[in-house]
Amino acid sequence: MLPLSAYVAVSAVLFVIGLLGVLIRRNFIIVLMSVEIMLNAANINLVAFSYYLESMAGQLVALFIIAIAAGEAAIGLAIIIVVFRGKLSTNVDEMNLLKW
Amino acid sequence: MIAVFFSYFALMSIAAAAMTVALKNPVHCGLALLALLLHVSGFFVLLNAEFLWAVQVIVYAGAILVLYLFVLMLLNLKTDERYFHSTFMYFLTPALLGSLYVIYLLLRSPFAGAKGNAPTVAILQDGDTAAIGIKMFSDYLLQFEIVGVFLLGAIIGAIVLAKTPKPHNLRKD
Repeated sequence: MLPLSAYVAVSAVLFVIGLLGVLIRRNFIIVLMSVEIMLNAANINLVAFSYYLESMAGQLVALFIIAIAAGEAAIGLAIIIVVFRGKLSTNVDEMNLLKW
Repeated sequence: MIAVFFSYFALMSIAAAAMTVALKNPVHCGLALLALLLHVSGFFVLLNAEFLWAVQVIVYAGAILVLYLFVLMLLNLKTDERYFHSTFMYFLTPALLGSLYVIYLLLRSPFAGAKGNAPTVAILQDGDTAAIGIKMFSDYLLQFEIVGVFLLGAIIGAIVLAKTPKPHNLRKD
């Protein structure tokens, strides 16, 4: 049987890759995809702990996270479409309308 | 045998995540994300979570990813020459060092904790789907309803945001 830390380590690596993607990419759609990577890393963690600690709570929270990710993707992509209509660009550096 | 599958899924999902972040063409990034999602669903099979595996394939790979690819095709983006931030080199070394340190800490820790009341034998008796269903519609009913209302709000919000504005609503400038 694999140790729990193997799953946690994979999930940590995925989370860091996703965080890096949010920080360094300039395309807003790829930034949202990186957020999905981070949510998946959290899901792996939750399901692994749910298996090793013999509780169903982790799997249920992972299920709710998938639902939240669906909502986040829908709203984020709608915002991208609105911004793209005005600016013809999805570059995060050019989205500074709300910046003070 | 589980170790072989685990290392395959781990290597492939990390490689796919790196490609999602690093590739130039956004459509290629979306396809790399698809590979990542499918390999993450492999972890769920290893962890006796068959229902989550199905949800991951149907909802994530089937619905969310198609939404991303749909918007990518709709917008018809040009590939930027500079697709990273100009300062991205400053992030790479700290990220590498930090993740190595976190992995070192994680591999050392024992992760003992209070066991719940759902051991593998009890889950496998009726299947994972039955176990999740009973738990969700008894202890987690309120959360389930909240997620339903949240999804309704997300649908309405997405429609309102993405609707084409009527001509008399346009700013006159």
